[in-house]
Amino acid sequence: MTMSEGDLAVTEIKFVRGATIAARPPPAAMTGALGWLRANLLSSPFNIALTILIALLLAWLIPELVKFLLIDAVWTGADRDACREVVQHREIGACWPFVWERWSYFVYGSYPIPQRWRVDVFFAMLAIGVVWLLWLEAPRRDLGSVYFFIVLPITSFILLTGWSAIGLPPVDTALWGGILVTIVVASVGIVCSLPIGILLALGRRSRMPAVRLFSVVFIEFVRGVPLVTVLFMASVMLPLFVPEEYSPDKLVRALVGIALFASAYMAEVVRAGLQAIPKGQFEGAMAVGLGYWQMIRLIILPQALKITIPNIVNTYIGLFKDTTLVFIVGIFDFLRTVEVARIDPKWAAPVTSTTGYAVAAIFYWIFCYAMSRYARAMEARLAQGDKR
Amino acid sequence: MSIDLPTGSPPARVAFYNDPKVRSIAYQVALCAVIGFLVYAAARNAIANLERAHIASGFGFWNTTAGFDISQALIQFDSQTSSYGRAFWVGLLNTLLVASIGIVIATILGFIIGIARLSKNWLVAKVAAGYVETIRNIPLLLQLLFWYNAVLKALPEFRESFVIPGGIYLNNRGLFIPQPIFKDGFGWVLIALAAGVIGAIAFYVWARKRQEQTGQQAPVFSVGLALVIGLPLVVLALAGFPLAFEFPAAGRFNINGGIEILPEFAALLFGLSIYTAAFIAEVVRAGILAVSRGQTEAAYSLGLRARPTLRLIVVPQAMRVIIPPLTSQYLNLTKNSTLAVAIGYPDLVQVFTGTVLNQTGQAVEVVAITMAVYLTISLATSLLMNIYNSRIALVER
Repeated sequence: MTMSEGDLAVTEIKFVRGATIAARPPPAAMTGALGWLRANLLSSPFNIALTILIALLLAWLIPELVKFLLIDAVWTGADRDACREVVQHREIGACWPFVWERWSYFVYGSYPIPQRWRVDVFFAMLAIGVVWLLWLEAPRRDLGSVYFFIVLPITSFILLTGWSAIGLPPVDTALWGGILVTIVVASVGIVCSLPIGILLALGRRSRMPAVRLFSVVFIEFVRGVPLVTVLFMASVMLPLFVPEEYSPDKLVRALVGIALFASAYMAEVVRAGLQAIPKGQFEGAMAVGLGYWQMIRLIILPQALKITIPNIVNTYIGLFKDTTLVFIVGIFDFLRTVEVARIDPKWAAPVTSTTGYAVAAIFYWIFCYAMSRYARAMEARLAQGDKR
Repeated sequence: MSIDLPTGSPPARVAFYNDPKVRSIAYQVALCAVIGFLVYAAARNAIANLERAHIASGFGFWNTTAGFDISQALIQFDSQTSSYGRAFWVGLLNTLLVASIGIVIATILGFIIGIARLSKNWLVAKVAAGYVETIRNIPLLLQLLFWYNAVLKALPEFRESFVIPGGIYLNNRGLFIPQPIFKDGFGWVLIALAAGVIGAIAFYVWARKRQEQTGQQAPVFSVGLALVIGLPLVVLALAGFPLAFEFPAAGRFNINGGIEILPEFAALLFGLSIYTAAFIAEVVRAGILAVSRGQTEAAYSLGLRARPTLRLIVVPQAMRVIIPPLTSQYLNLTKNSTLAVAIGYPDLVQVFTGTVLNQTGQAVEVVAITMAVYLTISLATSLLMNIYNSRIALVER
């Protein structure tokens, strides 16, 4: 029975295709630019409306920006008349000659002109240190960290404040300003916050109740109050707490405030990293006979810091933006110099403020964006080991 | 069960300075001693320095007449009679006002942008990403100065103010809007509103119970809307509209009447909302991405459509991830409102830590009170957050 049915079936088959037909191309409307448009911009009536709305917004915003920054901008001029509509009888965009003239003020503040080379040397040394540390293939990175965390702070302190014995006239910190101060405040915050933060994080996980209590109180207190109040505290209360003859100068007070504030945030970031280390690592380290600090230095921190690098960099971005707050306690950081320059009657024009703020925005944006890109690249690189 | 030690061998002994217990106590005593000494030295120096500067200490200044004016006060404040203590409350209320309105705006904007970043619409996703990357990487203080000095202060002068139909004036002194005046009988509307809210909640509870028992859904949203908005409107009409508006009127030198919204307030509100929204957008995006794709696919395979899937499956699970960092963003917004001092909005720091401190010179007391306020807000929020977290934490087998 089955045989005959099988035979029947075989005889009924008239044609069997030997080769598969090549797949037909998808309809033109689904591929290429058109398909992409359909899938990504015009997939539903709501999406079409949204696309049109956003396109209109961009069509208004981008030309306005380009017009302001480039096309209508003033490129040369000696004073405010170059940038005023009533004088020039045309639409006026950004007032760039104001920036050219004020640029050295933005960079150095009131640092004495014959001494400004010292600031340049400081910038160059800092750049070398940053590249040495951040470029992972750089030679002798161990020396790099010694350079960055020990050599650089000492030499730049001598270089910037001056030391009469080696022929560098002292420069009062009240004269410092602009990008110099912004970079100094940010670097002090960055250099101080990591070690203090690590100590606080370890203290918070310590088995000694007094140490733990102190760390918790410090961290929660500082994180619970705004930076502005910490800076106020540093600038009005710190001078009260030290004997009159040692009263620190304004910049140092702000630096103390920023460093304490950044340390508390850093402590929480590091603590998250410490918590991610499995208990076995601690136990293993103890089992091979390492002492507490050896265990922390050789086993725990290398692993904990590795996984927290992206978060550390994010904290640094926040810190870099927060340096602008020293403005409020009367320190001439970059933003403050822009603020002072923009109300200078010599350049008083309707566009001066916007130009100044645009320059400041571009400056901060470039630094913060570069840091966040670095953090993301680092994250991807570190994740490679865990990929399967 | 005890282990038999070989007889005769003495128990292992370490020198007492190597005993971990002894060491731990020694370290802690040392730490306490150092901190105690620092506090003592600081206190001694502070007392000496204050005496030298002839500054009184203590909280006696609290009831002293302030003698300065505050540009925006939610409660009665008069420079001749009101005390420093009253100035503190005015500042605190102003801080809470800008923070609470800012939180609402930032949340709405942040959720829209966070969802837009995940949109399938390429243009929408890119614009949202551009917004986040631009706003997040520019300091808030710079943004506030921009809004205040380059936008709001650059508005036309009083004589050329923009007039928006409906009696709204906009110039470089602020935004002037009509002020509602409640007449007798408006209380009934408020009662109706309260009744509507209670009714809506009761209906929600009933509908939920019925759905759990029978599976039938009730139109919770439309009924709730009718109760909360419709009922008060009906009562308003029945009571004969006991509501009037006082419109701002252009006088000779200023605009009189109506509610005045200061440019300082508006700049601070814009800056805080726009800045925080960028961070909230990232929180929302991370929360939605944290819900695994399998959840969405399972919902689709059960036959749910895109919208109910989002509402019933994705959002409830995403909220678990979103809410803790969202709260910390709210705290950040509240703390960042202290930047008001840079543009002159009379918040707690500007009024109290600024003006009052300068007038009285009592730095320790004033800074301590200010910090205590923010600390209270922060700690109370994190306490609530911990309770909430333990309630919604995943219950695992």
